[in-house]
Amino acid sequence: MNVDTSTLTICYHCGDNCDNQTIHIEKKIFCCQGCKTVYEILNKVELCDYYSLNDNPGLTQKANVRLDKFAFLDDENLQAKLIHFKDEYQSHINFYLPQMHCSSCIWLLENLHKLNNKIIRSQVNFLKKEVSIVFEHNGTNVRKIAELLTSIGYEPHFSLNSISDEKLKTYDKSRIYKIGITGFCFSNIMMLSFPEYFSLGNMDEKDLKQLFSYLCLGLSLPVFFYGGFDFFISAWKSIKQKFLNIDAPIALAILITFARSVYEIISGTGNGYLDSMSGIVFFMLIGRFFQNKTYNTLTFNRDYTSYFPLGVTIINEDSIEQQIPVSDLKVGHRIKVHSEEIIPADCILFFGKAKIDYSFVSGEALPIEKGIGEIIYAGGKQTGGSLELEVVKDVSQSYLTQLWNNEAFSKNEEKSESYIHLASKYFSLILFSIAAITSIYWQFKNPAIVWSAVTSILIVACPCALLLSVTFTNGNMLRVLQKFGFYVRHADVIEQIGKINTIVFDKTGTITQQQNSSITYEGKQMDYETMQLIRSVTKQSQHPLSKSIFRFLPPCNDLIIKNFEELKGLGIRATVGSNAIQIGSAKFIDYPIINSTTGSSAFVKINGGLVGRYIIKTTYREGLDKQFSELKKQYDLRLLSGDNDLEKERLNDLFNSNVFFDQSPQDKLNHIASLQKQHNRVMMVGDGLNDAGALKQSDVGVVITDDINNFSPACDVIMNGKSFMYFDLLLEYCRKTKIIINTSFVISILYNIVGLSYAVQGKLQPVIAAILMPVSSVTIVLLTTGMSSLLAYKLNRYSRIHEKKT
Amino acid sequence: MSVIFILLGASLLIAIGFLIAFLWSVKTNQFEDDYTPSVRMLFDNDVKQTTQEPKSEN
Repeated sequence: MNVDTSTLTICYHCGDNCDNQTIHIEKKIFCCQGCKTVYEILNKVELCDYYSLNDNPGLTQKANVRLDKFAFLDDENLQAKLIHFKDEYQSHINFYLPQMHCSSCIWLLENLHKLNNKIIRSQVNFLKKEVSIVFEHNGTNVRKIAELLTSIGYEPHFSLNSISDEKLKTYDKSRIYKIGITGFCFSNIMMLSFPEYFSLGNMDEKDLKQLFSYLCLGLSLPVFFYGGFDFFISAWKSIKQKFLNIDAPIALAILITFARSVYEIISGTGNGYLDSMSGIVFFMLIGRFFQNKTYNTLTFNRDYTSYFPLGVTIINEDSIEQQIPVSDLKVGHRIKVHSEEIIPADCILFFGKAKIDYSFVSGEALPIEKGIGEIIYAGGKQTGGSLELEVVKDVSQSYLTQLWNNEAFSKNEEKSESYIHLASKYFSLILFSIAAITSIYWQFKNPAIVWSAVTSILIVACPCALLLSVTFTNGNMLRVLQKFGFYVRHADVIEQIGKINTIVFDKTGTITQQQNSSITYEGKQMDYETMQLIRSVTKQSQHPLSKSIFRFLPPCNDLIIKNFEELKGLGIRATVGSNAIQIGSAKFIDYPIINSTTGSSAFVKINGGLVGRYIIKTTYREGLDKQFSELKKQYDLRLLSGDNDLEKERLNDLFNSNVFFDQSPQDKLNHIASLQKQHNRVMMVGDGLNDAGALKQSDVGVVITDDINNFSPACDVIMNGKSFMYFDLLLEYCRKTKIIINTSFVISILYNIVGLSYAVQGKLQPVIAAILMPVSSVTIVLLTTGMSSLLAYKLNRYSRIHEKKT
Repeated sequence: MSVIFILLGASLLIAIGFLIAFLWSVKTNQFEDDYTPSVRMLFDNDVKQTTQEPKSEN
């Protein structure tokens, strides 16, 4: 582990440590041939500015990319799906390059035309990690460009998902248009209303007053018909479903305000309330925009199609290799899977040495070896050499993808009714009763002002303050949470998090670090013979601890073993030549148990004498113990692991014995569902595909990832692994939303009382409405954003302390 | 007071000018990526490079 820094040299291209200094050009040293090649390519076309913009900007080229990896891009149909614009001369295509990380990358990728003169233009969208390339398709093709990108270290990522018709929409243009136009109309209406405000409705020049009124009316038309359109649609939908959402009373208020204003202006009886109306619409549009701001780089709706490769190599009857898109893969096809590739469908192993890494699918930490004739399930990654497999099930029918056919994936996204809708229901009820009482009162007292009083009530008591408090609180909270590496899919999720009472964790990759167990040896100095002994014995055992030790020891010749015996839960025993050897737990060896170490120990005893012990530690995330002791106070914690029960004892402590091992993806889903049946509101924290079902089934699914641009399964929240140490604080923060929203509810009700007291008397002048509306909106906006920032103080303080430490 | 009419017209015209500028900027995808251009402008253009105006796609 320790690196001697005095002799350290780093690669000129990628910044990795160089083991030796044999690969170099002039004084520039490279860690591998790959890095050197990239440098040579760039040097030839004078693109070495790449290296002057940032130090060692490149990516390691140690993993070689197979030559014909992109052969599948020659497929015409596939090309047609990838190319989004084509004329007789040029084509436009976007590549997703997850490796993009610095300004050098932008510079290089925008100078691609120097590397291939058929590329007309390339433009980077750094946030999306995309490069859009325009090229002459007569001189080059998609495959060549993909190979060019790969050769300079940016291997484009293609997945089944990237050719589906549903394109990712990162932002909605019409929403921005609406805000712009409404804002324009609102500010101009405001300006034209100023003379009215200052003269308090008594303007001398009648012509001018009328002109201003008609101008206001003209400006309010786009606000009403374009800006407010969404509210009417949403209100209409909710009424059709016999459910009153927050938009219904808002739409009613906008409608009545507009109708009364039009009437007043045309009849010449007044100026109307168009300023208030457009102001409300403007603020609400901003609030919605703020709340629905999406993260450019993150995708929350991934399913298995995002993981699977686009193309596979099949071997046809004449044993010729051929590339086909994965969607054309059929039962009976013979396929070839190379190292580091994902197996796209359930297959039978035909030829080759399979060592499949299922960590992402099942949570098992160690690769599994499979023999010829055995079934290999889809989703695993081959870590050995190339394999030949025969497909036994369609891609969509495989063991892994079946999970997505579960009803949890087709259920409606609406998980529960937000209390904003509930509040708006009561609000509307109270409002209508006030309006009814007022109209009855004035009917007897002075029938002439019934209409004016009732419409004033509906105008002034618009529930927009409710909506504003929710949208602005959520919007600001999303921003704060994002700052701490907690990316929430949708604002409603924050409210859901506040209701959680049970948290279920996955083990591998979630509470442990991805780079798994570390192994150390304590005890007497060991000679070669002893190591050879231990290695030969552990080779016989299937126990994960034995496997770890086996891999830890240096390779040597196997010895002949006699009387091998494996005692479940204790250890293994064998005789090798004249030596009796025992490896196992302290109890097995008759050794006093010491509980001081974390992780599992395996003691070694040879001929009755203790030699030493191996300590196998899983590296847990930083701050785990503190986190769990905090979380325990608030939540019921559970652990569902797809892995073995190696660390059972330690985990039992953390989870009050609510630990379950060897859980299949389906088991996890069922477990969550049964918790929900007992009226628990469950948060699932996971990382891999094996948790996909549970994440979907749970009320809130959180994915922990060490690189947020990595592929994570469908979920509600993506959390940066580094933020795990704030997890309890983040949850606490989400619970506080309710306080903020309730406070602003109270404030908005106070404003409503003031406004209503004028309205019920039939004395609501446009000026009062025009003052009350912006003042109340601005207070709400300031209060909610201010409070939500203030409540983040704990998070801020904690993160500052942590930063100091590191 | 007739000066007000002129001022009114002028102020509306200016405002409409800005509105059109805003609509144009949205239409030409200037809000799509708010990071890359800030980096791009710092690169030195060498003489050989043929600059092409970024067009809106589709």
